[in-house]
Amino acid sequence: MKNLLEIKDLKVTFPTDDGFVQAVDGVSISVAPGETVAIVGESGSGKTVTSLSVLGLHNRKVTQITGSILVNDKDKTLDIVSAPLDKIRSYRGRVVSMIFQDPMSSLHPYYKIGSQLTEAYLVHHPGQKEAANKKALEMLSLVGIPEPQVRAKEYPHQFSGGMRQRVMIAMALMNDPAVLIADEPTTALDVTVQAQILQLLKDLQKKLNMGILLITHDLGVVAQVADRVNVMYAGRIVEQGSVDDIFYSPHAPYTLGLLKSVPRIGSKGSERLKAIPGQPPSLINLPTGCAFAPRCEYISLAPENSCQSKRPDLLGTNDSHKSRCHIQEDKRDKTFTAEIKGARV
Amino acid sequence: MPRFILRRAYFATLTILLVSIVVYGVFSILPFDPAALTCGQKCTPAIVEANRIKLGFDKPLWEQYWLFLSGIFLGRTYGAGSAEFTCPAPSFGYSFNENTCVTDMLKEALPVTINLAIGAFVIWMVVGVGLGLIAAKFRGRYPDTLSSVFVLLGTSLPTFVTGLFFLIYVTIKWKIVPLSLKGYVSLTDDPVRYFQYFILPWLTLAILYAAFYTRFTRATVLETLGEDYIRTARAKGLSEKTVLLKHTMRAALAPITTSAGLDIAGLIGGAIITESIFNLAGLGRMTLQAVYEFDLSVVVATTILAAAVVISMNLIVDIAYGYLDPRVRIK
Amino acid sequence: MSAPLLSVKNLQKYFPTSKNIGLRKQKLQVKAVDGISFDLMKGETLGLVGESGCGKTTAGRTILKLIEPTAGEILFEGKDITKLRPGLMTPLRAQMQIIFQDPYSALNPRQTVGKIIAAPFEIQKVTPEGGVKKEVAALMERVGLNPEHYNRYPHEFSGGQRQRIGIARAIALKPKLIVADEPVSALDVSIQAQVINLIDDLQRADGISIVFIAHDLSVVQHISDRVAVMYLGKIMEIAKTQDLFANPHHPYTVALLSAVPQPDPRAERTRERIILTGDIPSPINPPAGCVFNTRCWKAADICRSKTPELLTVGKSSVACHFPE
Repeated sequence: MKNLLEIKDLKVTFPTDDGFVQAVDGVSISVAPGETVAIVGESGSGKTVTSLSVLGLHNRKVTQITGSILVNDKDKTLDIVSAPLDKIRSYRGRVVSMIFQDPMSSLHPYYKIGSQLTEAYLVHHPGQKEAANKKALEMLSLVGIPEPQVRAKEYPHQFSGGMRQRVMIAMALMNDPAVLIADEPTTALDVTVQAQILQLLKDLQKKLNMGILLITHDLGVVAQVADRVNVMYAGRIVEQGSVDDIFYSPHAPYTLGLLKSVPRIGSKGSERLKAIPGQPPSLINLPTGCAFAPRCEYISLAPENSCQSKRPDLLGTNDSHKSRCHIQEDKRDKTFTAEIKGARV
Repeated sequence: MPRFILRRAYFATLTILLVSIVVYGVFSILPFDPAALTCGQKCTPAIVEANRIKLGFDKPLWEQYWLFLSGIFLGRTYGAGSAEFTCPAPSFGYSFNENTCVTDMLKEALPVTINLAIGAFVIWMVVGVGLGLIAAKFRGRYPDTLSSVFVLLGTSLPTFVTGLFFLIYVTIKWKIVPLSLKGYVSLTDDPVRYFQYFILPWLTLAILYAAFYTRFTRATVLETLGEDYIRTARAKGLSEKTVLLKHTMRAALAPITTSAGLDIAGLIGGAIITESIFNLAGLGRMTLQAVYEFDLSVVVATTILAAAVVISMNLIVDIAYGYLDPRVRIK
Repeated sequence: MSAPLLSVKNLQKYFPTSKNIGLRKQKLQVKAVDGISFDLMKGETLGLVGESGCGKTTAGRTILKLIEPTAGEILFEGKDITKLRPGLMTPLRAQMQIIFQDPYSALNPRQTVGKIIAAPFEIQKVTPEGGVKKEVAALMERVGLNPEHYNRYPHEFSGGQRQRIGIARAIALKPKLIVADEPVSALDVSIQAQVINLIDDLQRADGISIVFIAHDLSVVQHISDRVAVMYLGKIMEIAKTQDLFANPHHPYTVALLSAVPQPDPRAERTRERIILTGDIPSPINPPAGCVFNTRCWKAADICRSKTPELLTVGKSSVACHFPE
């Protein structure tokens, strides 16, 4: 089974007033059918920039993008990085769709949602108004919106937050895309609504066998829905593996740090959280060597001076679980797994 | 929605009424005798007194206002006996200087001003919004820079400069557009003459407003382009043309329409300078003349008319906004 | 048992609003806080949790009299401050402080950090021992900032650091009560832990009582001694933290806990989730009877007509006709 999406060595650079920002620095990710791949990171990690690159949404005149992003549409393959814009547009919303964080601002406030849905269909199937209308009502039912015929004639501001996100999902699925990119889809929603939406995404994925690329900063959400995880820091992937690998045997110090610092329900409330010291680095003045070195408490375990001088590569004895760190992998496996057992409930 | 319209119409009417009271009051408080202004050089106290009674200036103020107001609906009769004459409804008063009912004067002047306003409006909207859109799309590149030069010139040059330039050079010196000595003709009567009459005044006004709308449109479009829903539109695979013309313009339409409505309302009050330069027999020039000649009835009438136009336009624009921005609608 | 530091009884805050019907305006009320009662002891942290529209932020501000209450009682150190005029509240404000959610808008961008932290001293006309400047430097160190950055402006700091500035400002006058309104929600995950630890440490050292408002249950569980769960302006359940999370009694609490995803994939896979249907009703027109009845799987006729009181069930106080 071929991968639906393959990002290979993606690098994205923006010019700013203070210098060039290397927002994404050599990222490789793949998504298979029926698989949910998560990109986890904090602000400045490059996760959103990566997701926007897949749809070619950056301004090419300003942003420098290298590498390749291969999208497979049945038997055809397109490299988003090198393809002309009109070809990319034919893939947007049809082969790869995207939903965004804030559904209120992501839907056009002046158009009825029914027409926003049919528009998504008509741009790829011009002239087929009847089919578009039928599909729109179908999709609205599929995402759990009651009385679709009535609600299709309403405007976004007449829907609640959770409903709006359902509408966005319906709109993204109008053309049965192979891949759905979800950029922080539940961050702006209440926790009970978040549960509904995540359940909906999982159900739809099963039904349509689509691949989902999920961007988030919430480790709980990752644990709930992801199959494979990519942990990003300062524009680089620092760990890549199955969801169990990441949560039960993390190999990157940053991953371990995140897992230890997140408060968990059921843990002993009297203990202090094990916070990661310091702050994320500026992307303009990245330190030489490992980007996480200034905050890493395991530097002593690595060979002398390697962390500050040399950038570690993304490696792993197991091809499906890779990480970026100079410390020997088996040493990490032992130490980190023990630590994470202690932190878990 | 109809309830909303009714509510606003009700308040609009009240406002116009209030304005009329204030205007009438202000003019009545002015420290000179309106009757004394009715006759020219050969005035005697007897004539002044006779005119005072004829025009009703001897009556108490509130009664004068009432006669004025009712005159709009019922017409008004001046004088008594053999010297009696009536200005039929709607009567806005009587101008002694011109020896006609103000309403008749308005009937002559209004079409000129309206044609001037509408023509200029069409030109400035097409140029302004179009140029603004181009400037936004090609932001930072030479179409944008050129348009900002145009904006700078257009907003800095006063209408009397551009107007006089057109009059002196285009009409008189270069004879591109012939001097309109015949006065106003309607579009249907003589299209060629009509355009000759209006083209330069239109351009004079349009340059100023187009410059403003270029800048305004550019800013609104750029702001809209940064919105999340434009990113969504692109993510759906829509072409840049559709994104710009359908999604962006639709959102930018609301503020532009509001502004346009109010601008044209103000213009109907009378583009005084332009009308004077080109000697157009419109409301502006009429008002100006009336001010010089202390013809109070005319000034009161045109002021109230201009106010009524602005207030009505406000109402129309508010209603239009409700159609353009569904979030504002009252359900 | 000693007297509580803060005692809130049947606190209500209604915001007037209006709707246009024809030519008339219909006066409506947004029932943001609709009768909440709780006590807060000295040195205790009470977590106030709930989703959007539950009224927790309004409650926090009303307790501090930043918003005037519509009805009910607020007793601070035994004194009734409910109807106290703003002028008379000023000296009390040294005892009651607030930490805001958004570190980007809570600090005046035109003032230096030093000035921001020194402001409480100026306003209350208090001169600390050793002088204001020395105290500000000490405060900055205490919250983990470099005192040499005294003359920098807020935009030169990161989100986490700005939050620390806000905390320094809040503890400057050694208050007895702090309302922390979602203090870590706007921060990155790795920074959240740092700030949570800071608040925890300061509280233990100075014995400050904290009302900790949050929507993130994991954070609330970590830092609170007791937790109150709010929904549509009312308290559904209030209990000691361990008891609430181990033995939730109110259906809403159960659903809320069920909805929170935990960073533990195996647990997530085997979990039984309760997914609530429908949306949160509007606080302008809350449901009659128990406000949760429209989404509760246990709802019966009595729930739709009679508002349940906060009664003791096990070790918790629960407002439900059919507690779990």
